[in-house]
Amino acid sequence: MRFAMAIDTQKCVGCSDCVVACQTENAVPIGYCRDWIVEVNDGTYPQLEMEIRSERCNQCSNSPCVRCCPTAASHYDYGGIVLVTQHKCIGCGACIASCPYDARYTHPKGYVDKCTFCVHRVKEGLPPACVAVCPTKCLYFGDTDDPRSEISLVLKKRKYKRLIPEAGTNPNLYFLI
Amino acid sequence: MREELIISGRMNPMVDPTLNIWHWQIPLYLFVGGVAAGILFFASLYYIMGREKKYPAAIKWAPMVAPFLLILGLGALFLDLNHKAFFWQLYMVVRFESPMSWGAWALLVITPLSIVWSATWMKEVFPGWHWKYPFLEELEAFFIKYRFVIAWIMLLYAVILGVYTGILLSAFNARPLWNTSILGPLFFASSLSTGAAVIMLMAKSHLERNIFSRIDLIMIGIELFLIVHMFMGFQASTQVQIDAANMFLGGPYTEVFWIFVVLIGMLLPAFLEVLELIGYKIPIVITSTLVLTGGIFLRFIIVYAGQASRYLY
Repeated sequence: MRFAMAIDTQKCVGCSDCVVACQTENAVPIGYCRDWIVEVNDGTYPQLEMEIRSERCNQCSNSPCVRCCPTAASHYDYGGIVLVTQHKCIGCGACIASCPYDARYTHPKGYVDKCTFCVHRVKEGLPPACVAVCPTKCLYFGDTDDPRSEISLVLKKRKYKRLIPEAGTNPNLYFLI
Repeated sequence: MREELIISGRMNPMVDPTLNIWHWQIPLYLFVGGVAAGILFFASLYYIMGREKKYPAAIKWAPMVAPFLLILGLGALFLDLNHKAFFWQLYMVVRFESPMSWGAWALLVITPLSIVWSATWMKEVFPGWHWKYPFLEELEAFFIKYRFVIAWIMLLYAVILGVYTGILLSAFNARPLWNTSILGPLFFASSLSTGAAVIMLMAKSHLERNIFSRIDLIMIGIELFLIVHMFMGFQASTQVQIDAANMFLGGPYTEVFWIFVVLIGMLLPAFLEVLELIGYKIPIVITSTLVLTGGIFLRFIIVYAGQASRYLY
């Protein structure tokens, strides 16, 4: 099993609903966020192109954060999701420095926190909060090891890119273009 | 023109707008750990080579400083942790993939070793010293008997500690400036140089001072070579590493790096050491202080600049 997410940049309007849904679902402390929207503007007027991406932890298959963690608090969990065991985390910041996506932060309580793909919901068969609320239905979540899952089908049909695969992390966020 | 913006707002403290997770604690630790590694390296090396009479400062006096430096470094590391109550989790597991893990274990070996090493020389350094309890006297006799074994283990761990301070940073491929294997040798050369500077400062005989001044000169030469080599490597690498190098070649870290690290910390002391070698009298305090200042600036600049170098946005 290999959980992944696909983000349709052609459909995303950058409404930030996913960001707010995540903060509510996961009780993310005020002033912090586990997902965010990036807007990329290319070219000069009148030849302009815009891309909007909803970004979060890439749940990499070769995670530098798991590699750098001195206490094994950062680990691969259910379906390859990268999680942090709070009572093992010493808050040294090595994983934060090692993440090329800057997807992690230190929780005010001291341990390191990040996107969990809403693992508590996924285990019950529900989609992550951001996917569930997306008003344009531009987020796809599922198991890429299953060739018949919705995400596998959309990845077969559409062109996609991944963010900085050259960092060697083997990320699992696919941006449909 | 290309413009990338986070429009939903992301201001995670210590991560945005640029990474700022490590403050003064880590570079301070890298510096004092490096100096201690340098001192203990020379102490054990020259003890094994049987130069006890010739280099008393390197073998007996300077190592007295090492435990204090290591404890200061450990204290700084502890202050850096954000989840302090769980620090003991470091010692519940050995993770060879994580430099921080085996560094923590190496510190657990070398800190007591440096204390034992200093303790065995107490009576020679401070005449009239006596241990309060008889079992301590017995313990001392035991350790003196096995001093040679201790020296070998200490030599190994001094190298590990010296190299580890650089590898700790170079393991982070997310930060292009740190992600170069030159950083390990560079920090080790710097730790030997700063270690030699402390020994020079404590040496009483002209001979010993002169030898360590020469060693320091060689180390500075190696450091300069490695720095040039590092920037050449960056310039021939990917765009992110070219950008990382450009922070030092015209970017915000240019002046502070080339003036404080290269000029004041390396070229000037090297010049003074050459003058000393051809017969001029130069106060050793000046040379040593310059070398140590350069070492401190090198750690601080590399740690701060590395956090500013990145792949995205």
